[in-house]
Amino acid sequence: MAADAATNFVIHLGSFWLPRQGSTLAPQVDRGFDLALYVGVAFFILVVVPLVLFVWKYRRRRAHDVGKPTGHNTAIEIAWTVIPLAIVMACFLVGFRGFLRASVAPAGAYEIQVTAHKWAWHFQYPTGKSTDNELRIPVGRPVKMVMSSQDVIHGFFIPEFRVKEDVVPGSYTSVWFTVPKPTQTLLECTQYCGLGHSGMLAKVIAMPDADFDKWVHQVKLQGSPVAIGRGLYTSKGCSGCHSINGTRIVGPSFKGLWGTTSHLSDGRNLVVDENFVRKHILDPRSLPVTGYPQVMPSFKGQLTDEQINDIIAFLKTVK
Amino acid sequence: MSDSTTPAHPERSAPAHPERSRGTAAGTNYLNAQRGIKSWLTTLDHKRIGIMYLVSVLTAFLLGGIFALIIRIKLLFPGHYLITRAQYNELFTLHGAIMIFLFIIPSIPASLGNFFVPMMIGAKDVAFPRLNLMSLYIYWVGAAMALLVILIGGVSTGWTFYAPFSEGPDAGHVILMTVAVFILGFSSILTGLNFIVTIHKLRAPGMTWFKMPLFLWSIYATSLVQILATPVLGITMVLLALDRGFHIGIFDPRYGGDPVLFQHFFWFYSHPAVYIMILPGMGIISELIAVHARRRIFGYTFVAFSSIAIALLGFLVWGHHMFVSGQSVMAGAVFSFLTFFIAIPSGVKVFNWLATLYQGSISLRAPMLYALSFLFLFTIGGLTGIFLGMLSVDVHLHDTYFVVAHFHYVMMGGTVMAFVGGLHHWWPKMTGRMYSEAWARLSAILIFIGFNATFFPQFILGSRGMPRRYYAYLPEFQGLHVFSTFGSWVIGAGFFIMLGYLVYSLKAGAVASTNPWGAASLEWQTATPPPTENFPVQPVAEHGPYDFEEVVAAQAALEGSAS
Ligand code: HEC
Ligand SMILES: [Cu+2]
Repeated sequence: MAADAATNFVIHLGSFWLPRQGSTLAPQVDRGFDLALYVGVAFFILVVVPLVLFVWKYRRRRAHDVGKPTGHNTAIEIAWTVIPLAIVMACFLVGFRGFLRASVAPAGAYEIQVTAHKWAWHFQYPTGKSTDNELRIPVGRPVKMVMSSQDVIHGFFIPEFRVKEDVVPGSYTSVWFTVPKPTQTLLECTQYCGLGHSGMLAKVIAMPDADFDKWVHQVKLQGSPVAIGRGLYTSKGCSGCHSINGTRIVGPSFKGLWGTTSHLSDGRNLVVDENFVRKHILDPRSLPVTGYPQVMPSFKGQLTDEQINDIIAFLKTVK
Repeated sequence: MSDSTTPAHPERSAPAHPERSRGTAAGTNYLNAQRGIKSWLTTLDHKRIGIMYLVSVLTAFLLGGIFALIIRIKLLFPGHYLITRAQYNELFTLHGAIMIFLFIIPSIPASLGNFFVPMMIGAKDVAFPRLNLMSLYIYWVGAAMALLVILIGGVSTGWTFYAPFSEGPDAGHVILMTVAVFILGFSSILTGLNFIVTIHKLRAPGMTWFKMPLFLWSIYATSLVQILATPVLGITMVLLALDRGFHIGIFDPRYGGDPVLFQHFFWFYSHPAVYIMILPGMGIISELIAVHARRRIFGYTFVAFSSIAIALLGFLVWGHHMFVSGQSVMAGAVFSFLTFFIAIPSGVKVFNWLATLYQGSISLRAPMLYALSFLFLFTIGGLTGIFLGMLSVDVHLHDTYFVVAHFHYVMMGGTVMAFVGGLHHWWPKMTGRMYSEAWARLSAILIFIGFNATFFPQFILGSRGMPRRYYAYLPEFQGLHVFSTFGSWVIGAGFFIMLGYLVYSLKAGAVASTNPWGAASLEWQTATPPPTENFPVQPVAEHGPYDFEEVVAAQAALEGSAS
């Protein structure tokens, strides 16, 4: 759920003006920022110093003084038009170059699906793993966020990475970045989206590649075993053949199944317990139940031991 | 200070027109020609309409300002404090919407413009006095609807009304608010239309285009934008209301619409609207600097044409509000390029004003203090635009407090300083009374200090990653927020003092002379306050608006003979 902004997030500073540089895009953006800062300070001095000098030097001394007649100076007028124009065009080019680079994700970037909704971030990884309000990324590899919103426009902003893009309902937008070393930082929503706008934050965790790989392959949904088991019951397709309300679909209903005796077509009568279920999931042909077609697929390699435990926990509750 | 503060020579200047120097206290003028509330509500006099607009927009400013102060107080603390999230969202929406649509857009043109455009060109009134009154009534209807929205529960979309949020259940009374904005647009269009025709048709003999005070050029340019851009806002508001009410599927993706289209429509008006806001301010600054430094504006022609150029180029840069909205890289590049291009005429105007101060005779009365504040603050506002115009840098700064600070430096540091400076400059002419110079300087200084204390920290907040429109924020940002809030109290003090001495001056201020600043433009060459017809006889523009020698020498001669 949306966390409150006041809790346990920080943006670390890299300089007086800017957060530390967390992505490989950051140095280029910061060079642009610095350029604008130098140009800005220079022009500011160019305006304010003469301003103060003139106000002092030409202050009115007697009530009926008037200023000197205004002359004409074409050279200076051209100079103060053309020189600033050249300078801002340089700024334009620097900004454009950085933008172009940040716009095109390198081929083969690691893709993460981002779904924004009021007021949380949902991240889906290629392995099927997903997280809420916590974005994990591998270090040293370009990662690309493919983003969409379920309701209103949100904004994906990681200050330390210098990336930002609107997340729009009804279409996809994207950003990419490479994070050079392990770090933790903050993702903020920057497009006003209502009551929870300022709480729409996520933790960003950049992990060493190997750790990330391990993590992203442990496809384990959060929650209690029973809840996870219920989730697997639908997500793995058991629900297509087994009801939980007593009706027969393809296989026997799970309702009240736990603890009963199952009659197998080879004559055995076995109690439906942990071992039975586990074995039936991994190798259905070895335990053929009478009166049903032998169509249940084996889930060997598709369910981890833990997940089978969760399904068992769930089965126990279907009464 | 070495300048004379309040000239004690009443009602005398331009001796070439002795009939104009009749006493004011005894004579009839536009204020006392007719009496009673009805005479005001049915008046066709552009000056009275200007005054009613002035009171209206200042009331809106007060309301929007109070909302801002409450927002700032909430932001003293990072978490929940004083008001709820819902109230906070309504407050910043109303602050923005009121300040933009009820205050700053009509502010200068409808109040000071209405009062002085005809006077400066030597006309009796605007071209269409009835239309002028109608635009005021339309403004009041729009304002009343906006107030109604506040009373029945508010709206919380932000002043930008972005779809599809504005079509959702938690956006508040969006339809009513869009109707209010739609109606207000007509008031703006009618005012613009009126000024264009007035400036074309009613100039006094001798008042060629290049003898016009620069304020008129800027009002003319503004009027062009008002009549060309405002209809787009109107249409956008209608479409939004229809989409919300009847799901016709223009902007909301649930019904097949495109939310980014809304942003294009919205900014197609709202970027040019930035020039509706700033151009009149620039015009006032030209007057203030010329009159209070008693020097013709350096590069008059450039300043005049740059207003027109800014107005037209302003239509081509709306996409710079949308660099991270998902628009194409190509579009971003074109909008960024044009944005830098349009920065040049504004920047060069600053150089022209500086060059005017050079070798001037600079008085540091309140109007000039505001003009100097403008130069300082607008320069910062403009230069921070460079950061935001650079595509790669804007990606980081977009929708952060950096943007909030930037546009407050331009809109408040620019337009509001110019407006308030103009208000002081023309206050004697409008009311017949002098405000207190000492108090006026105090509040100018307070506002300048308070403004920087409020908004400079917001640049830092923004570049460090503080998004705008956040109710709660990271604890590390608290220091800068607190500083900013303290600053807002100083600004508040400055404005409340101003309210005090201005109201006081109406009752007890010294009686103002015809031309207290020694200005050369026509509005100063008639009685103070002006008669209903503005001028007793048709004036003739004999010299330019900034030829001060003659006027000041005549004043000196009169004073010499008096003593
Ligand atoms: C394609 C249909 C199908 C799917 C999918 C399916 N099963 Fe089955 N299942 C059956 C059929 C048919 C039987 C009975 C015949 C048999 O034993 O093979 C059965 C039998 C069982 C039994 C033994 C029931 C008893 O009465 O002894 C268990 C336990 C079981 N399935 C668990 C699961 C679980 C857990 C899943 C999901 C991970 C699953 N099944 C997916 C068709 C399916
Ligand atoms: Cu959001």
